[in-house]
Amino acid sequence: MKDRIRIASGQGFWGDLLSAPRDQVTRGDVEYLVMDYLAEVTMSILQKQRRKNPSLGYARDLVPLMDDLLPLLVKKNVRVITNGGGVNPLACRDAIFDAARRQGITGLSIGVVLGDDILGRLGDLQAGGMALRNMETGDDLAAVMDRVISANVYFGAAPIVEALGRGAMIVITGRTTDTGLTLAPMMHEFGWREGEWDRLAAGTVAGHILECGGQASGGNFSADWHAVPDLAHIGFPIAEASPDGTIVITKHAGSGGLVSVQTVKEQLLYEIGNPVDYITPDCIADFTSIRLSPDGPDRVRLTGVKGRRATETYKVSMSYLDGYTASGTLTYAWPDALEKCRAADTILRTRLQDLGLRFEEIRTEYLGYNSCHGPLAPAPSEVNEVVLRIGVRGKDHAAVERFGKEIAPLILTGPPSVTGFAGGRPKPSEVIAYWPALLPKSAVTPEVIVETH
Amino acid sequence: MKIRLLAIAHARSGDKGDTANVGVIARLPEYYPVLVKYLTAERVRAHFAGIVLGRVERFELPNLGALNFLLHNALGGGGTLSLKNDAQGKTLGSAMLRMELEIDEQLIIRGEHNV
Repeated sequence: MKDRIRIASGQGFWGDLLSAPRDQVTRGDVEYLVMDYLAEVTMSILQKQRRKNPSLGYARDLVPLMDDLLPLLVKKNVRVITNGGGVNPLACRDAIFDAARRQGITGLSIGVVLGDDILGRLGDLQAGGMALRNMETGDDLAAVMDRVISANVYFGAAPIVEALGRGAMIVITGRTTDTGLTLAPMMHEFGWREGEWDRLAAGTVAGHILECGGQASGGNFSADWHAVPDLAHIGFPIAEASPDGTIVITKHAGSGGLVSVQTVKEQLLYEIGNPVDYITPDCIADFTSIRLSPDGPDRVRLTGVKGRRATETYKVSMSYLDGYTASGTLTYAWPDALEKCRAADTILRTRLQDLGLRFEEIRTEYLGYNSCHGPLAPAPSEVNEVVLRIGVRGKDHAAVERFGKEIAPLILTGPPSVTGFAGGRPKPSEVIAYWPALLPKSAVTPEVIVETH
Repeated sequence: MKIRLLAIAHARSGDKGDTANVGVIARLPEYYPVLVKYLTAERVRAHFAGIVLGRVERFELPNLGALNFLLHNALGGGGTLSLKNDAQGKTLGSAMLRMELEIDEQLIIRGEHNV
């Protein structure tokens, strides 16, 4: 057994810094590269792409990225774990096999995790007595069943551990928890199993720290942001894990950014609920048990993590269509910039009313004044320019589309010194609403396929 | 003495559906009891009047010198439903740090974050 492994975070979301994965593999030695691509609404976007083209539905950035990195990964024996397979992990795998073949790389093992996509099984599950009630509202799924466009179970680390055990050098999953991507290599290397709850919880906490990439190593850091060095060359976080469950969070020497007790604390508090019950498919981690201590420059030691038995349910993430939104902006300049914005808003609302258009919500914000802190923002005495931002939401596509045609006319029929309308008419976009639910673990079984070409 | 929360704490915020969370972290260990005493759920609810439409929950993390707040119905519906520029509540952490507190204790404020 290795006495230490280094797991590097390569992407914190789909759209993250493209140079980060290569930096993580070249600036120093790591054994694993983990990349999180899936936010809550991502699966529905990918589901739409697959409906148009059956060979899509995964994070397409992944293919050119792997094409670039494959020779390095093979040479340095770095294994990759990612949930970028989206709703089509097999197509993602085949695209990477194609890239490897073009480069003359043979003997490459890629594992995929399937079974998280339950969109086609929703009717059967409901007939079998699974209400799939909304965890937040308690409503029965039947209310929106005909509008559901994606439904995925969050799997944990276990299927990834199986793929690693069967020799996969790259593991591609669909909807897997962000934390499971980081926990899995620890379970594989150190033989951690169900029952070792404290260690599973420690690996889960490390996963939570790594899952947002640079947000743990100096990015979006509120305590002392201007003191963070060289964010242009930020080093993404790395977890050094030991068999006893001790973890050190660090980054490569010579990279920019900062790993400190404060940067790690901020990431620990990111998007959590009750800190005593951080629930994943693998365990329940108690964030009030975490001990952090400095361990040299850009090194933070994580000890003492307590865990409890996992629950008997998986979380299911579903999305459904729920109407349309559109929003547009105009920029007004001195003098009286804010007053002009307010006047334009009144004119626009009057015209929408005259047209008899109805919306569930019309929202006006003044960028430069109150779009971030709302009523907490002090009224400005004089600002040189303010951006008027108006958005509408409703079920009627025609009404939302017509709203988009009422913005530009304000330029020649409203208050003066207005600009900033380069983007054309705002188009209606579909509202993809989110439906979280729980499902007994016994209702779904992950499937692991490992192939070598 | 009167202090601004920014002087004694830093923060990060994010979203889960229509609920925002704001983690507030004491800059020094001796500031944590002040947070626990004065930064109550009621005080935070009043601070965010007009932004947070639901209830506010508070959780303590003494091991990190931090409090975690859940602000319910705070994001205009959340996700792609929200018409807000800040639909994910990314700036609610800094909105929290605007808060001014009148405290009985005399604190030594270090660094450049004096009110």
